[in-house]
Amino acid sequence: MDEKRGPNFSWLVKMAWRDSRRNRSRLFLFVSSIILGIAAMVAIYSLGDNMSEEVDRQAASLLGADLMIGSGKQVSPAIQKMVDSLGDRRSEQRMFPSMIYFSKTNKTRLVQVRALGGEFPYYGALETVPSSAGKTFRNGQAALVDQTMMLQYDAKVGDSIKIGNVSFVVAGTLINAPGQTGLSASVAPPVYIPLQYLEQTGLSQKGSRIVTQFFFKFDEPVNMEKLVDDIEPRLDIEGMSYETVETQKQNTARSLEDLTDFLSLVSFIALLLGCVGVASAIHIYVREKIKSVAILRCLGAKGRQAFLIYLIQIVVVGFIGSLAGAALGTIIQQFLPIAFKDFLPIKVTAEFSWSAIGQGLLLGIVISFLFALAPLVSIRKISPLNTLRLSFQRFSLFKDPVKWLVYLAIIGFIWAFCYLQIKEVQESIGFSIVIVIAFLILVGSAALLMWTVRRFFPNRWNYLWRQGLANLYRPNNQTTILIVAIGLGTAIICTLFSIRAILLNRIQLTAQGNRSNTILFDIQPQQKDSVIALAKQFNLPVEGTVPVVNMRLEKVNNITGEVLRKDSTIKMRRGLFDREYRVTFRDSLISSEKITKGRWSGKREGPSGTVFISLDENYATNNSIKIGDTLTFNVQGAVISTIVGSFRKVDWGRVQTNFLVLFPTGVLEEAPMFHVLVTRIESKDVSARLQQQMVQRFPNVTIIDLSAVLNIVSNIIDKVGFIIRFMAAFSIFTGLIVLIASVMISKYQRIQESVLLRTIGASRKQIFYITALEYFFLGALAAATGMFLSLGISFLVAKFMFETEFILKWVPLLIVFVSVCFLTVFIGLINSRAVVTRPPLEILREEV
Amino acid sequence: MATILNIQNLSKTYQSAGRTLTVLENINFSVEAGSTMAIVGPSGSGKTTLLGLAAGLDRSTTGSVELNNIKLDQLNEDQRASIRNQHVGFIFQSFQLLPTLTALENIMVPLELRGEKNIKPRAVDLLRKVGLGDRGHHYPAQLSGGEQQRVSMARAFINKPQILFTDEPTGNLDAETSRGIVELIFNLNKEAGTTLIMVTHDLELANQTGRIIKLKGGRIVSDETTANSN
Ligand SMILES: Nc1ncnc2c1ncn2[C@@H]1O[C@H](COP(=O)(O)OP(=O)(O)OP(=O)(O)O)[C@@H](O)[C@H]1O
Ligand SMILES: [Mg+2]
Repeated sequence: MDEKRGPNFSWLVKMAWRDSRRNRSRLFLFVSSIILGIAAMVAIYSLGDNMSEEVDRQAASLLGADLMIGSGKQVSPAIQKMVDSLGDRRSEQRMFPSMIYFSKTNKTRLVQVRALGGEFPYYGALETVPSSAGKTFRNGQAALVDQTMMLQYDAKVGDSIKIGNVSFVVAGTLINAPGQTGLSASVAPPVYIPLQYLEQTGLSQKGSRIVTQFFFKFDEPVNMEKLVDDIEPRLDIEGMSYETVETQKQNTARSLEDLTDFLSLVSFIALLLGCVGVASAIHIYVREKIKSVAILRCLGAKGRQAFLIYLIQIVVVGFIGSLAGAALGTIIQQFLPIAFKDFLPIKVTAEFSWSAIGQGLLLGIVISFLFALAPLVSIRKISPLNTLRLSFQRFSLFKDPVKWLVYLAIIGFIWAFCYLQIKEVQESIGFSIVIVIAFLILVGSAALLMWTVRRFFPNRWNYLWRQGLANLYRPNNQTTILIVAIGLGTAIICTLFSIRAILLNRIQLTAQGNRSNTILFDIQPQQKDSVIALAKQFNLPVEGTVPVVNMRLEKVNNITGEVLRKDSTIKMRRGLFDREYRVTFRDSLISSEKITKGRWSGKREGPSGTVFISLDENYATNNSIKIGDTLTFNVQGAVISTIVGSFRKVDWGRVQTNFLVLFPTGVLEEAPMFHVLVTRIESKDVSARLQQQMVQRFPNVTIIDLSAVLNIVSNIIDKVGFIIRFMAAFSIFTGLIVLIASVMISKYQRIQESVLLRTIGASRKQIFYITALEYFFLGALAAATGMFLSLGISFLVAKFMFETEFILKWVPLLIVFVSVCFLTVFIGLINSRAVVTRPPLEILREEV
Repeated sequence: MATILNIQNLSKTYQSAGRTLTVLENINFSVEAGSTMAIVGPSGSGKTTLLGLAAGLDRSTTGSVELNNIKLDQLNEDQRASIRNQHVGFIFQSFQLLPTLTALENIMVPLELRGEKNIKPRAVDLLRKVGLGDRGHHYPAQLSGGEQQRVSMARAFINKPQILFTDEPTGNLDAETSRGIVELIFNLNKEAGTTLIMVTHDLELANQTGRIIKLKGGRIVSDETTANSN
């Protein structure tokens, strides 16, 4: 017998094509659920490509110069000398937070002042209205003010603002500056003033937190790498940093990559949801094909051949679905730069990206292949006996080792995808586990529902209710897939609502009761008493002021910032040495802190005694600092060696003068310092009046009131939330499509039953009720499961990410619940209408 | 004459709900190539089961089935599929056409599975023989029951099987159509020497074959040659 002879591959393709002729619309229904997922992917990938191209193109104008050198402290003469020798043209910018005062409206606001000297930016421009203002404001006593703030404070070009002791004319509205994003501008709206007026404002005193930046332009091409290598050691010593066009480009590219990675992870959820839809649709499809496969087997087809016929079908439709997804994604991509504009430091125009489209197509094919494989491998095992006795054979999913391999491959694929986005082994494993667990919970609750309904079936209920319930577990039900699709969609929406509520609550909590809600910073020692007196005039509760000394950490034992940079085995965060520490000193603890380890002795033993400091426990453990370690600080030139004497647990949730590092008394009394005053202001009106007077009399004092912080935070949450909602929309719509598709697929299965019901005398109305009830049960359970899942997630997020109280807002959840139920019933009914309203015979003929 | 089918000590049991159900017990018979035979018996006596085992659609619990001197029990499912494709034809009571293929395509499948070329003229020819020359492009759903049965016959004939199994091929059809179909089947036996094994309730039809095996409760209760044997 000639074993080798047999049909070739082209016959399999031919059979796949023949077989598809009568199923095509349904096959497309299967893949429709991945279209949105692929579209989201392609859109995000394209955006990523567009952005990295733009970053390359706009690299110079991101920085605005060839080289920037920055410092968070007073510039030493040595550095000043070096600065003066660098580049062909130079600009200097000093940035610091300060209050500004709008003279016309009598309002005040915390802003970021940028005192600018020179022609910066050399590349790109300060975008302003009128456009000339970006250059001309430097010539007079004029300022550029952030556009959003101009709108909020009802200010116009030509108005007068006061910063410190100096009044400026608003020369123009600032639209954009190099490297700026909408988000950063809304946190600290920038105001540009000419550098030559900085001295007069009186805001440049010692102790103020001023960041100095020097920008350089080289007219002749220079070897920047070599130049930077040359100056880096000198900058390191002074704790200064630099940025070149190249480093700026890399940093920007990296953070944009992080953004697209995050977005593609979110889109991946939509894609996975679609895949589950595909898998379950194909599962139903395979069941319908049992007879055909059995006949083929009878006629001599091998199991593998029968399997390949259907695999080819699915992969081809998967490809077509991915093409549709890629096309849709390219359309969506056009809108992304608008949607994301607040997050992007560059202007992005949507351009066609072949590589993004290629990746999307590849992903679509791989994923439809993998997820179709799980139900399709059963085909190999369909016995020809099914020609004699249909459904003699039950699919025993768990006996086929290939099936387990497929599941493993799917999980492996999910992990590999996550890894490609996150690029961290552990985190990507964590993410995949969360995804798999969420799916398992949903699948599990579907199984539980079916079991419970069957086990405790309410036999005494009225017939329609019983029939609707029974539909949940009868053969070929869609309970599992619908619960996964609807549940996941609901979980995403509810989690967004909950986290928003948790964050806002956390801030609002701080304003409740008798807690402080206003902080006054930067009070100079000589102003201290008059500021307290002014606060008392307003009848505010004041318990004196707290001294704050700025310092830098130079060494932990023998480890310096430089050592840490070079040795990646040291488990300390990089920011440890780069940040500025605001430190206070007192001899006792306050109510928001508690010693957890070691001993706190509020006083230094004599002028040369050891200085025992106390650290925030989390901060210390995160940086592997232990009790007894030696920490060397630099207080504006003076070096102080300290020993870690104790750890404290600090309740950061309260507006208090809380500090990471606490010094004992007897050390810092003579250091340059400023004071902080914390108080509680009951009314907005009082707060506004206090701020006006403070700004008028003590323009250097910075005032933060909680309502302003609340505004900023809710602003950020809204902007971030918009992005997440935008991305979640893909999951939600995919859920809807899966819902529609699975309802439509099962339509074919319902015909028999519905025709039978009608033949034995059920009215249309009764069938309508049965269907409505079934979808109500489904929608309600899925939504409930999704909600509980989201509560779990938000609880974990609240507890571990934000370390705050978990709160529950029922109203939005209830609204989501009701809408999801309604939508499910609505879609279910619309799709089932054909079954109910058309004559049975017509449908029966159509079915074959 | 050569033996084409040899069944020895065949039995089949099913396990269901913890109990063992014996459907066939100790079946022995062999069939000469080119002969005709009927299997009769009351409903549930195991006729379809026996046919399925003889054709290699299923595995026996004990005993052996030898088709064309090949022991089916020792082959795996794919090897048995290939045997069916080479030597065996089927006509089922309920036609079993592939619903997504046209009549003509249905007929071609067995030869396509063999990888043969130029089969369309043969399929068209066979279709004409069964009287459906102009219905080749119709899907099964567009044909009547009798027409579907004729298509399934054409499909059974196209690979020139050495042995043809039929399970109540006329069960669903009127007397007139049945006669035509039976005639076609016996013609094949006469012209190509195909061995016929038919399961039937129709005693008149059984009597047209050369041998009748009667099953009852999974056992052979009689095995008689008829006047037609020669
Ligand atoms: N998979 C199975 N599991 C349990 N019992 C089975 C199975 N398949 C068949 N049977 C039983 O085996 C017996 C024989 O079935 P079979 O189909 O061979 O009968 P038959 O003689 O063809 O009947 P009919 O004339 O009604 O077609 C029946 O009692 C049937 O219920
Ligand atoms: Mg039978």
